[in-house]
Amino acid sequence: MDLIQAIVDLLGKAATDLPTDIEAALVGALEAESEPMPTSILESFIENIRIARRERRAICQDTGVPIFFVTAAHNTSYEGLMDVLREGVRRATLEVPLRPNAVDVLTGANTGEGVGSGIPVVYFSQWQEDYSIFDLLLKGGGSENVGATYQLPRADLAAQRDTDGIRRVVLDAVNNAQGLGCPPYVIGVGVAGTKDDACLLAKRQLLRKLDDKQPQAGLAALEERIHREINSLSIGPAGLSGSTTALSVKIGLHARHPATFFVDVAFGCWAHRRWRMRFGRGKVSYE
Amino acid sequence: MAAGRYHMNDVVRMSPPLQPEAIRRLSVGQGILLSGSIITARDAAHRYLVEAGPHEAPPVDLAGAIIYHCGPVIAGTGDQRRVVSAGPTTSMRMEMYEQRLIEKYRIGAIIGKGGMGPATERALVAVGTVYLAAPSGAGALLARRIKRVVSVWKLEEFGSPEALWQLEVEDFPAVVAIDAKGGSLYREVAEKSRQALSRLLAPAEK
Repeated sequence: MDLIQAIVDLLGKAATDLPTDIEAALVGALEAESEPMPTSILESFIENIRIARRERRAICQDTGVPIFFVTAAHNTSYEGLMDVLREGVRRATLEVPLRPNAVDVLTGANTGEGVGSGIPVVYFSQWQEDYSIFDLLLKGGGSENVGATYQLPRADLAAQRDTDGIRRVVLDAVNNAQGLGCPPYVIGVGVAGTKDDACLLAKRQLLRKLDDKQPQAGLAALEERIHREINSLSIGPAGLSGSTTALSVKIGLHARHPATFFVDVAFGCWAHRRWRMRFGRGKVSYE
Repeated sequence: MAAGRYHMNDVVRMSPPLQPEAIRRLSVGQGILLSGSIITARDAAHRYLVEAGPHEAPPVDLAGAIIYHCGPVIAGTGDQRRVVSAGPTTSMRMEMYEQRLIEKYRIGAIIGKGGMGPATERALVAVGTVYLAAPSGAGALLARRIKRVVSVWKLEEFGSPEALWQLEVEDFPAVVAIDAKGGSLYREVAEKSRQALSRLLAPAEK
């Protein structure tokens, strides 16, 4: 199978078909909801998912910035792969269709074809296997805009350089976000010694399935606690109140420098469009 | 259906041009079904409309019009254009223009998501305009309530997401989220959230 066509299919699937774990979490949120306003909003979300899948329409008109996390087969050419990904995005923009979302900063002009300098975003790595994995996020602008990076300590939040400090800044970020980024959110948190690494680590948490459990018990408990506390803010679906404000909280930790402690909070909207494609050995599969 | 706190039979049906007297009777939480013409406008369109001189007036009268914060996905070209997906974008980005837009053109309603700031709230009260929330992220569902593309302005200059698309809708669902009497669901939610946050952050642990 042609890799460009597989990439077009992956982008089309991501734009029109929500992963089953996200849909199940929204159905769970609906069942747990007792108030009429959030109930009707969650019902419209779920109906929207089903219409999009059935009619192959974009779930959300903001089809986002495509972010590819590639683990490439050992014989892959980096330059060749970049060309394939850009051509795939260009074709998907016309064929799915996606909304052309690449805007030149100097001229303000939309390129019209969905690709631009640095778009799509590609994180490339390679391994010894003879097949490749493409993890794709279609990241909308609303949820991206509410993301926040914190440097600990933060005196105004009584956030010190420990796990309770992480909890405090994540809650602050969600309270600041309110309904601007389309809750219920999928929250990714990255803690690291450099700002760039914290941001990327937070983004990578958005690739994890919702039932993916942390191997470290203490960290899993922290994720669960923050998740519960976010929901107690009652911001709710679309920010119009309700008992579910986040579908999950996932935290990634890297070592830090003695002088630094960066916490980045990445937000995925409820329409969390993430898919994994395996490509190689004559096969393509999605999960 | 984002029909809000009310059952379907309590939903109010409205069509533009909207009259300020009717708008002033609406309260937050009221479910609305819109039919008729709506016009999309995002950041670039807001700036253009606010700064436009008397000779650059938009081709339709905006008094009582419905402005939709939305950058739709459009398939096809020319007369064959159709709306594939069209949910609301984050309204707060337009906050720096919205008060001037509402007051300059006497806009009837704004549809968006996430709510708006105090300057817009003041303009809603002053002019008799309402802010409606459409279900955020429900682009496919809402696009099915759009019957056709009537016209488009500034497509070449602004690009498709930022262009002003005049769309004909039927039973387009929304809920009154900020009314023309000073009520705001977002203010209620933010206040409750802030109080919960201060409890959660109160005692420094350990």
